Amino acid sequence: MQLSARHHEYWRKNLRITAFLLGIWFFVTFVLVFFARDLDFKFFGWPFSFWVAAQGALVVYCVIIWYYARYMNKLDKEYGVAEGEE
Amino acid sequence: MSMFGSDNQSQSDFKKGLNKVYTWYTGGFISFVIVLAILEQMGLPRNWIGYLFLAATVLLYAGIGVMSRTNDAAEYYVAGRRVPAMYNGMATGADWMSAASFIGMAGTLYLTGYGGLAFILGWTGGYCLVALFLAPYLRKFGQFTIPDFLGARYEGNLPRLIGVFAAILCSFTYVVAQIYGVGLITARLTGLAFEVGIFAGLAGILVCSFLGGMRAVTWTQVAQYVILIIAYLLPVVWLSVKHTGVPVPQAVYGYTLEKITAKEEQLLKDPKELEVRGIFKARSDAAVEKLKDVPAAMAADKAAAEKKLEDLKASNGAVAEIQAAEAALAKLPTDEADARAAYTSARTSNAARSAPPIRHAQAFPGKDEEAQSIARKNFMALVFCLMIGTAALPHILMRYYTVPSVREARESVSWSLFFIFLLYFTAPALAVLAKYEVYTVLVNTPFASLPEWIGRWNAVDPSLLSVVDINKDGILQLAEISIGGDIIVLATPEIGGLPYVVSGMVAAGGLAAALSTADGLLLTIANALSHDLYYKVLDPNASTARRVMVSKCLLLVVALCAAYVAAQKPADILFLVSAAFSFAAAAFFPALTLGIFWKRANKWGASLGMVAGLAITFYYMITTQPWLYKLAHGTAITPEIIKANTWWDIAPISAGLFGVPLGFAVIIIVSLLTKAPGRDIQELVEHVRYPSLDGKTSGASAAH
Repeated sequence: MQLSARHHEYWRKNLRITAFLLGIWFFVTFVLVFFARDLDFKFFGWPFSFWVAAQGALVVYCVIIWYYARYMNKLDKEYGVAEGEE
Repeated sequence: MSMFGSDNQSQSDFKKGLNKVYTWYTGGFISFVIVLAILEQMGLPRNWIGYLFLAATVLLYAGIGVMSRTNDAAEYYVAGRRVPAMYNGMATGADWMSAASFIGMAGTLYLTGYGGLAFILGWTGGYCLVALFLAPYLRKFGQFTIPDFLGARYEGNLPRLIGVFAAILCSFTYVVAQIYGVGLITARLTGLAFEVGIFAGLAGILVCSFLGGMRAVTWTQVAQYVILIIAYLLPVVWLSVKHTGVPVPQAVYGYTLEKITAKEEQLLKDPKELEVRGIFKARSDAAVEKLKDVPAAMAADKAAAEKKLEDLKASNGAVAEIQAAEAALAKLPTDEADARAAYTSARTSNAARSAPPIRHAQAFPGKDEEAQSIARKNFMALVFCLMIGTAALPHILMRYYTVPSVREARESVSWSLFFIFLLYFTAPALAVLAKYEVYTVLVNTPFASLPEWIGRWNAVDPSLLSVVDINKDGILQLAEISIGGDIIVLATPEIGGLPYVVSGMVAAGGLAAALSTADGLLLTIANALSHDLYYKVLDPNASTARRVMVSKCLLLVVALCAAYVAAQKPADILFLVSAAFSFAAAAFFPALTLGIFWKRANKWGASLGMVAGLAITFYYMITTQPWLYKLAHGTAITPEIIKANTWWDIAPISAGLFGVPLGFAVIIIVSLLTKAPGRDIQELVEHVRYPSLDGKTSGASAAH
């Protein structure tokens, strides 16, 4: 079928949120790790960089995925591409 | 059996039923552990506790397998596509967390400190890529396997067959490691021989996947997740209460880490520790000397051993001592090659033990700027490969075909990571708490009063744990402990002084982790062969019943092959597992993501891209990894060869770092040079991008 302008807009929004969340993912994974030796100030007992790699980044990953699911499930409804209820 | 949904009940009734079943089940498991704990207090022997745990859990999995047996294709391959998001998340968690995660990871963290966190980051962060790039789109596509997607998107059997080959390559190396883990735990739990343990465990795997395919595997994996997570968390919480009074170890172990850091500084300067490390250094130096003239060293060793025996006999030494001296003399290598190997291994192992203990919290240790920057580069490369590999392993991606809708696929990734997070978030805490026990309780204990679990583990396998009074002062120094990573999780209950029933439960948890992953992997291999190779390529007219039959037979054959390979105890099992990630990353990730996000990607681009990615990954491994190098070249690798063959100091474990970008580049370049895919492929891509384009439910499009 022919895609409408609404469809294209939906896909553009999907790409935008994907790129944005990927940016956060990249920052906590690679940027923070790259500077790990410099980020060793104390954080509740842990050196900060150790805490990021052991816990902080994991929490951010969970939030990224949860937020994406929520955002997209809403977007589906808004643009009328949601699946029917079973 | 209606419990796992074969009649026409609605999705919400089905979910309610599941909630009830698994709540009762969890309660049942906890009661079982409590009853065993009471029996232990009343004097039930230890090996009986082991037997009961093994028998009860394996029978349970078998029971679920029997209850959800099926011959229906949709049930067999994708569990009827009605697994609710949360349960699929749990099943994915169990599918994902293997013996390496459950047993190995905390040990790696114990041994390498910050360096081990690469596994934590890589194996969780990869799920972001699954969620953002793959799971919802694959669910919308809605077929049965990953090669299915490649075959449909890239028009033909060539990409499908490359996909089949890659899926088998990474799943098989991975499944061998799981079955090895099953054998190890069964042997430990029951005292059976390792080989018998492998086949006993294999029966537990097969009864489930053989009878009910994906359906049985899914519901068993949920049950296995419950056991493995309880078994992992309980000992850590217990240790944490003991040390800090707080039952949330993840929140407070930062302060324990602080204490360890202080203790490390002390141990680095301790004169007794320095003395022991000095002895190891001297032994290593002696081996280096011997290597300079092997025949002379052999003669000298022989003369020394003979002289010792003579002296003992002359002075009427004890019979045991004389026998030991005779055995030592008989064990001396007789030809030059054996002697050289023995001296080389003495040099490396003694040199390793003469090294000062690592600083647990320090990122990228190294003697100078350059070494530190190499460590950082390799840490990041490993994280990259593990992440991309996570997002490309077929047995994980396949799980997202089993949920009812795109919407639930997205939510399901979220649940998957949450359930995985619970364990991965705890592993670093476990490593730190165990280290604290060893550093503060064990170190400086007189040899005469060491706890008895040390002797027990030493008897299981001296490479897992051995303590020798090197400097003969009667006190245990840290440098005198040689500890293998795999012991940390299994021995934590004993290290913390918990009842034996907890040890039994931890072993049962490890078994659940290994069995669940093995189930998923075997199913992936069997499906790749039966569905993609047999049905789609060789005999497209095969009936459903016949396809399922073929799949079941193949499952049996593959399982036996894997068990056979595992029984040979292949040299470098940890490397094999990590290699599977690099292979999966290089083969699948570029082709799958470009297939969804770039309409222009075509058959030739994808085929050549997958081959190029795999080839370069494989090439890099066989030129730089010692075990593979020896296998391929017949001669042992030397440090000079490694130096010459390494690119940018990247370790062979991260070979996917080269494979993934090359895969992307080849797909893009070749696709642009060849014809664009036709209109129908463009429409297929549009179809997977939108959950619903024309009001149709995805359930209808999936009916197939």
